[in-house]
Amino acid sequence: MSTATADARSGADKAGARKSGAENADAKNADTDLDDDLGTEENTVATGGYQLPEALDGGYAVLRRGVRLAPAFTKGLGWTLALALIATVGRVVIPLTVQQTLDHGILAKGGPDYGEVRTMVALSAVAVLITAVSAYLMNFRLYTSSERGLAEVRTKAFRHVHDLSLLHQQAEQRGALVSRVTSDIDTVTVFIQQGGMQLFVAVAQVVVVTIVMAVFSWQLTILVWVCFVPMFLVMRKIQGRTGRAYRKVRRRYGKMLGEVSEALVGADVLRAYGIEDRAGRRIGAAVEGTRDSQVRTQRLIVVTFSMGELVAGLVNAAIVVVGVMIGVGGHLSAGDLTAMLFLVNLFISPVQFATEQLNEAQNAIAGWRRIVGLLEQPPDVVDPGPAGVTPPDGPLGVGFEDVVFAYPGGAPVLHSLSTQITPRTRVAVVGETGSGKTTFAKLLTRLMDPSSGRILLNGVPLKDVDFETLRSRMVMVPQDGFLFDMTVGDNVRYGKPGATDAEVRRAFEDLGLTDWLDGLPDGLDTRVGQRGESLSAGERQLVALARAYIADPDLLVLDEATSAVDPATEVRITRALDGLTRGRTSIAIAHRLSTAEAADEVFVFDAGQIVERGPHRELVGAGGVYSGLYESWARQQSS
Amino acid sequence: MLGVAIRTEPRVFAAAVTGSAVYGIMTVGAAWAVGWATDHAVLPAFKAGKVPVGATLTAGLLILGVAVAKVLGIIGRRLLAGVMQFRLQSRYRRAVSDRYLQLPLSWHRRHPTGQLLSNAGSDVDMTWQFIAPLPMSLGVLIMMVAALVSMVLTDPVLAIIGFLLFPAIIVLNTVYQRFAAPRLAAAQEMRAGVAEIAHESFDGGLVVKTLGREDVETGRFAEAADRLRDANIAAGRARAFFDPALEAVPNLGVLVALLVGTSRVASGAIQAGQVVQVAYLITLLAFPLRAIGWVLGELPRSVVGYSRVKAVLQAQGDMEYGTRQAPSGGAAEVHLEHVSFGYDGQAILRDVDLTLRPGSTVALVGPTGAGKSTLTGLLARLADPDSGTVRLDGTDVRDFARGQIPAQVSLVPQQTFLFADSIRDNIRLDGDADDEQVWAALRLAQADRFVQRLPEGLDAGLGERGATLSGGQRQRLALARALIRRPRLLILDDCTASVDPQVEAAILGGLRDAAGRGALASTVLVVAYRKATIALADEVVYVEHGRIVDRGPHLELVERCEGYRDLITAYERDHEERDAAHEKEQQDSEKQDSEKRDSELQEAGR
Repeated sequence: MSTATADARSGADKAGARKSGAENADAKNADTDLDDDLGTEENTVATGGYQLPEALDGGYAVLRRGVRLAPAFTKGLGWTLALALIATVGRVVIPLTVQQTLDHGILAKGGPDYGEVRTMVALSAVAVLITAVSAYLMNFRLYTSSERGLAEVRTKAFRHVHDLSLLHQQAEQRGALVSRVTSDIDTVTVFIQQGGMQLFVAVAQVVVVTIVMAVFSWQLTILVWVCFVPMFLVMRKIQGRTGRAYRKVRRRYGKMLGEVSEALVGADVLRAYGIEDRAGRRIGAAVEGTRDSQVRTQRLIVVTFSMGELVAGLVNAAIVVVGVMIGVGGHLSAGDLTAMLFLVNLFISPVQFATEQLNEAQNAIAGWRRIVGLLEQPPDVVDPGPAGVTPPDGPLGVGFEDVVFAYPGGAPVLHSLSTQITPRTRVAVVGETGSGKTTFAKLLTRLMDPSSGRILLNGVPLKDVDFETLRSRMVMVPQDGFLFDMTVGDNVRYGKPGATDAEVRRAFEDLGLTDWLDGLPDGLDTRVGQRGESLSAGERQLVALARAYIADPDLLVLDEATSAVDPATEVRITRALDGLTRGRTSIAIAHRLSTAEAADEVFVFDAGQIVERGPHRELVGAGGVYSGLYESWARQQSS
Repeated sequence: MLGVAIRTEPRVFAAAVTGSAVYGIMTVGAAWAVGWATDHAVLPAFKAGKVPVGATLTAGLLILGVAVAKVLGIIGRRLLAGVMQFRLQSRYRRAVSDRYLQLPLSWHRRHPTGQLLSNAGSDVDMTWQFIAPLPMSLGVLIMMVAALVSMVLTDPVLAIIGFLLFPAIIVLNTVYQRFAAPRLAAAQEMRAGVAEIAHESFDGGLVVKTLGREDVETGRFAEAADRLRDANIAAGRARAFFDPALEAVPNLGVLVALLVGTSRVASGAIQAGQVVQVAYLITLLAFPLRAIGWVLGELPRSVVGYSRVKAVLQAQGDMEYGTRQAPSGGAAEVHLEHVSFGYDGQAILRDVDLTLRPGSTVALVGPTGAGKSTLTGLLARLADPDSGTVRLDGTDVRDFARGQIPAQVSLVPQQTFLFADSIRDNIRLDGDADDEQVWAALRLAQADRFVQRLPEGLDAGLGERGATLSGGQRQRLALARALIRRPRLLILDDCTASVDPQVEAAILGGLRDAAGRGALASTVLVVAYRKATIALADEVVYVEHGRIVDRGPHLELVERCEGYRDLITAYERDHEERDAAHEKEQQDSEKQDSEKRDSELQEAGR
């Protein structure tokens, strides 16, 4: 991340330096910078050695894969295209009418023929109306199908983020992840609605107009194409560059939102340490980096667009000159030549439009890449789904067989761990921080998969248990009691949708927390604020515990779930749980060794291994790691 | 808003408008050049049957020259308009995020992060989106005037069509904008809603996973996405109707011009070339005229965006600062006088009086939800009390200049937050500490060993929430961050909950040694439950329900304060009760065993 920020900063510096110098002189250098920057950003890997990908193949392939993501995109597309075609063909009505009126009406032999003109104008008016109606229908169908398709993709992408493992989710800042399901998709919306179909229309129009032009004068038609072909070729080259520039904009934009969101989430630390200025500088650098990349992109677009305009002028001039020469030879009437001038306009505007839209398309493709990349990222912790196995009902036992775990590119955190947890035991997991306890819990609950080895649930490989069964029978309470911005009651209900207030209340009662609940200003209806921050950290843990408890799992994993709770309450909860989890399996990671005393068995972790296991009473006198831990804990309690 | 834009970037704006004017005039010029070519080159050529070389070449060069001038106009207009838009956007993005950095935490608590993100992102984008087409539409206005003048010069009767048609297009456009604006505003509201749900849901990703609630979350998100979809379709339908209408109207205008033109030619008032010129002008202008519509179309969205942005920029309630500078060095003395505080009408602290003597270590103890963290926040001036005063060395904390409280007070919050940055920068923050000082702080926080083991050492990067370190390791980094600043008042808000007992003991020992050596002259307030931590304190303050219930040395409190005794001896009592239960169990089982043996003996005896 720091590299990226530094890059953004240096980008800002470069832009600052350039302002003082000649603006356009080093356009070429700027492009080289662009490629370099993009390269650096691509190589910047997030912590944990992993980064969510972007689809990197050709723009067209990305678009096609994107469209395939939702059937709504292509449903009824045939009709929409047909309507678009009618709307396009309708556009040549006006030049045709002008030519006909001029040749056979105004310049008719024997003076202007008013009746002839009136007939032609009337016919043409009808055609204009038909064109308009087709265009309306086409637009309407397009908006409907694209919005439907995009809503589908948005939801799919959102779901996919949740299906990715923790490791992948944490590879990107929240803000950037949010931008993948919001603004990145919006760029696609804008493109499909304002550009995509019109791009099709434009291409159709170029074809139709070419045919009509050829009818009037094939020589002039060739002339027009000869002028435009070199432009197309140059344009293609620039387009590639524009595409990269847009990708950079999208990425910098995502990063910028990431910086802002960090300042929002960490607002109290910023305040406590008085480092608002530092955050301000970082955000500023990201904002300016985004701006600079936008301006650079704009420069490329303007070059393309004005090139089209220049060629258009050239074509117009050429038609007049060459047209006059051919016309004098008798191959062309005055009306034909006038019609050609109108037709060239109809030819140029879609060409310009198309180049414009191809630019927009680059922006959309940049957005699409991030969405397709996300959706095509296979979840590394895979849900076997309906094909999965369901372990028999009743308490769960767990087996670890030679389990090794390492973060990608990191040293192993767990070394060849083998152990058994028999059903109905209450296990306490203790050990120094960083000894692998939380990793153990995450592997056990299948938030991550081991690098090698197997984990068995009642003899069934954990990998074969479908998530629905797994999550309903095994629940982990993480240390950070994240709550949603709802009421206390609704947060608890999150563990068991549809639970009544009475059930929720009973959960608190069972855990011995009625007093606390009654102390809240609105009881179960008290709102907890964002992330639950209107409650204290300890209170959040109480709600999180009730939430897991009401889910009524067969196996409960507590990862320091009461670390912020006061001792009296903790003891009360532990005892309540003692009674309640009797007959179930429970695994508690704890620093406070009071939990270990209450457990049937204690697992002592040290440097990624279980070095001791057994009941507290046996271990405490054994003179091993646990004795040491317990001694220092006891000293802290009694001094 | 337009005024704001022009005032902010006057020169860029002027240059862009000039470019547009050139473009506008040259567009009309193009029609005039074609008309001139028709009359002076094309028609004479066909009439005479030979090429008027001079006139034809002139016509060609004329058309080309006009095109070149037009291109220059386009470059000026588009490039500068873009520059202006992006500059305004970045300026406002900074302004908005600067407000985020200044506004009090109570304000932050009231506004969802997702919403604030969309204020800084898409709302700012939207506010200035109208800038890019703005110079173009001003250019078009000039173009329109030029076109009308040129029409009047060509034929006043045909010009009437222009006078009716052009305003009609603008009116139609305006009607469309009025119609679409509320729909677009609704869509934008929905868009923010989608971002909000996504942000919260990704934030709580672990909870979603552990409870297997992906379906519920997807349902919640899909609902919002569908609402956005429906709002977009509603807005799109308006556009679907007006777009073709806007294209059809000028076309019908051309047809009328032909009709009228024919009779004018018949009556000998004008020539055929002039009809062509007017018709050509109408087609040429039909599209650019819609640029006015683009601006008018963006305006309602801009107004909506601007009102959301302005809500942030004008949000009230900033902390006010005095001018007092922090005294240098030495431990701080703290007084709280009749301090009360609450959120949303719920009292958290009630009439708290508290004094911390300089250099003393005070433990703040109380049950979960008693208001301890709130109290620590007031000392660090993260918020101001509703009533009462917090004083540092006799000075009301509100009288200190900005930045002077963080210079004296370090708070280590309960929940660790690390920046997506290197370990070094996370510890140093804004200071200029060298690596040696960073290591010293890490040693004091017992974090030096695991940092040394990281392959990149101090340069190791941390994720948004320091995901690759364990909870205890993160807490120690947060502690080092506080210690390196040598605060006069150090507040530890239960910040070692995830740290192992041995490590915590080492940390506390280190702090005491440092104080003994005079390396750390701090008053320390520590929120704690562990007896060992409390034992290091000179005094214990016990709070319940936002009130100080009792204070004094640990042993005295254990004697006289029941709530404190219950809390602090909970583990011991638990331990004893368990022992007792265990013994009883053993006795019971021995008893059972002996009964069993007895009965066996009896059986054997039979």
